[in-house]
Amino acid sequence: MQWLVRIFFLLAALGGIAWFHDVRTHRPTRVQQANRDGILLLGNGTEPATLDPQLASGQPEHHIFHAIFEGLIAPLPENPDGDGPGAAATWTHEQFTTWTFRLQPEGKWSDGKQVTSADFLYAYQRILSPKLGADYANMLYPMLNAEAYHSGRLKDFSQVGVKALDDHTLQITLNGPAPYLPSMLKHYSWFPVPRHVVEKHGKMDDRGNTRWTRPANMVCNGPFKLKSWQVNQTVEVDRNPFYWDAAGVKLNGIVFLPIVSDTTEERAFLDGQLHVTLTMPLSKIPVYREAKSPFFHSDPLLSVYFYRFNVTKKPFDDPRVRRALALAVDRESITRNILRAGQKPATGLTPPGTVADYQTPDLMRFDPAAARKLLAEAGFPDGKGFPAFDILINTSEAHRALAEAVQAMWKQHLGIPARVLNQDWGVYLESQRKLDYQVCRAAWVGDYLDPSTFLAMWQTNDGNNNTGWSNARYDALINQSFREGDATKRLQTLNEAESLMLNEAPILPVYWYTHSYLMRPEVKGMLPSLLEHRSYKAVELKP
Amino acid sequence: MIRFLLSRFLQGIVVILAVITITFTLSQMVPGGAIRNERNVSEETKKAQEEYYGLNKPWIVRLGLTIKHYVTLDLPDSYHYKGRGVDEIIASGFPVSAAVGMAGLTIALLIGVPLGAIAALRPNTLEDRGSTLAATLGICTPSMVLGPLIAMLFGLKLRWFNVAGWFDSSDWVLPALTLGIIYSAYIARLTRGSLRETLAQEFIRTARAKGASEGSVVFLHAMKLASLPVLNFLGPAAAGLLTGSFIVETIFQLPGLGQFFIAAATNGDHQLTIAISTFYAALIVGFNLLVDILQALLNPRIRLQA
Repeated sequence: MQWLVRIFFLLAALGGIAWFHDVRTHRPTRVQQANRDGILLLGNGTEPATLDPQLASGQPEHHIFHAIFEGLIAPLPENPDGDGPGAAATWTHEQFTTWTFRLQPEGKWSDGKQVTSADFLYAYQRILSPKLGADYANMLYPMLNAEAYHSGRLKDFSQVGVKALDDHTLQITLNGPAPYLPSMLKHYSWFPVPRHVVEKHGKMDDRGNTRWTRPANMVCNGPFKLKSWQVNQTVEVDRNPFYWDAAGVKLNGIVFLPIVSDTTEERAFLDGQLHVTLTMPLSKIPVYREAKSPFFHSDPLLSVYFYRFNVTKKPFDDPRVRRALALAVDRESITRNILRAGQKPATGLTPPGTVADYQTPDLMRFDPAAARKLLAEAGFPDGKGFPAFDILINTSEAHRALAEAVQAMWKQHLGIPARVLNQDWGVYLESQRKLDYQVCRAAWVGDYLDPSTFLAMWQTNDGNNNTGWSNARYDALINQSFREGDATKRLQTLNEAESLMLNEAPILPVYWYTHSYLMRPEVKGMLPSLLEHRSYKAVELKP
Repeated sequence: MIRFLLSRFLQGIVVILAVITITFTLSQMVPGGAIRNERNVSEETKKAQEEYYGLNKPWIVRLGLTIKHYVTLDLPDSYHYKGRGVDEIIASGFPVSAAVGMAGLTIALLIGVPLGAIAALRPNTLEDRGSTLAATLGICTPSMVLGPLIAMLFGLKLRWFNVAGWFDSSDWVLPALTLGIIYSAYIARLTRGSLRETLAQEFIRTARAKGASEGSVVFLHAMKLASLPVLNFLGPAAAGLLTGSFIVETIFQLPGLGQFFIAAATNGDHQLTIAISTFYAALIVGFNLLVDILQALLNPRIRLQA
């Protein structure tokens, strides 16, 4: 009799598991549910530090701001790097210096209040207020007197180059001609903030006044508005009914998920929890690429990976030494054998695609014979007598692999002993800033489509130079480019500056980045962008 | 008893103040500062931020201010998450970590104690070897290996649970299972060792001689004493589990406290680092006190003395 009971319990347990299995495997995935509701699910890296566009400085925030805010210029739906009407319907300029914007007649905040030129004036005054301490205040420095106001030298904001000609006309005056201003205006540091809401919750220049960005209070002017913000879990946005082009918005909402780990993000994608990932595990890129996965995407970015030389330290004060080191790096081999995600070897500094007429000087090549010759001229034949030095990296497997490859190339082709030294992010930044390194890795992401976003930083004492390199001729050329009204001549000047800098080689460009990620095929209209700009209103789900 | 509690309470306060002071001092020694942007920010911005966060004051003044924050329970804002109080962040993360931690602890006890008991009752048999092997495997397998394996098996393969996130009511299962399996291994080892030792003692022989049944000998007499080392381990383990495991929270994308703890360190967010360390210290002090009391109740030979 007892065996009958046992068999009964065994069968009941098996039946229970089968039932559980059946129920669980037939529940819809989050993506299926979201497809029905018209909601886009996006991986977004880390938890946003803030949703105040004037206090933010990170990439996760950047992706959210493009959904809920809109600058004067917006990414074009058919090409996110192009300049389309945003909060401004039309714009004109005089010699690229004085720009006049006609705001959208139907432009409204998400509470139905009109967006006026006064809102932009307020936003620019707020971000430039010295007390607010905005990380990206210097993005507005091309505007006349913006730097003086931010540094506190100028107290009267009416002297700054921005004026409301009337409620719907805004005029921006720059320090000099800048054909790239429209591209720059798509950066969130130039976005408007709603004065009536910010002031309701606190003072204009109080860093702690972020209550206005909480879901219950937040008012914005983009195609979507903030619906909920659950810390470290989701930021949800839904349609903004007052958006001037609300009829053109296809999605009902977007959910941004802060997923820190790329392997977790990939699993969540495969589990049907995400439409698009922010990134993917480096080791998986070749797997997806070779399998020709329909999910795999790899788009070029306007960013460069490079090594800095500390030119204040011997022997890196000698341009011949720096040139030699640059010539001994086989970038082709690095991108093909180590990175393997479709990155392009950097033949110069400025990545392709900034401006159609700009040709990056093709100076960074692999030529070990020429490198050895230069090194011998500098007094180190076959690397003899070359002091041991460190390649400084911030702690990461990927940076280490690349540094070790470069280390091997220098050893093999030049007989030079390099070591790899890793430091934690904060320490590494500090070492770079204090010029406490010999060679160190770095990266730069362009803010707008123009070579100057990569070239201006190498001027003497620029806060981002961090090499100690200084060249009067280079400074003069960059300054000249900022005053040059003729577009062709301007690019020629920049090209001359870039060639000069690459020949002096205070830096060693290695490769131009690509952005590799996974995206489900039902997502339409989410297009590649060099600046990672997104025109969310153009995105739709077609399962 | 009252004197004991009072003295332990005061000791706890001293410990917590020491933790605040040490964490503060260590965070001051970390190079890099609170502003960790790859891009240079202007001098004006740096000055404004230092002034806002009081970083321009001498460190002894800042230490005083930090302690004052905690004494008056008027906690500061995080450096990184702008306009968010550190208490608000702990309040958002702790319930998640605590829920998963409690479930993990329960699973650990449900697996660990029986496994250890079986091994102890049948020493040197197949059951003992098997349970020892399982426990050793559990101890050796780091959560960063076990977590993804569990996620792949029960998530991607069987599709029983979501591999990540904190949305469905069943999302606690896989992370709790990961934590539970790892902690159960320790508990099984401790239970086995201490139960075997207890079973060899005189009073067990006396109990048997009295004619007590085997069940009552093991469960009433032996287990009570044998659970003391397990309890000792559970105090700090519970505090650790409740405040969240960074690795498990990252693998399963849980909005718990562990993720914030690590993010605070990488972001140079010292206010948040100090706050979470202090919270963790307070929990450990609390749980250790609880363990002491429970031990006194279980073992009449232990007297609580101030």
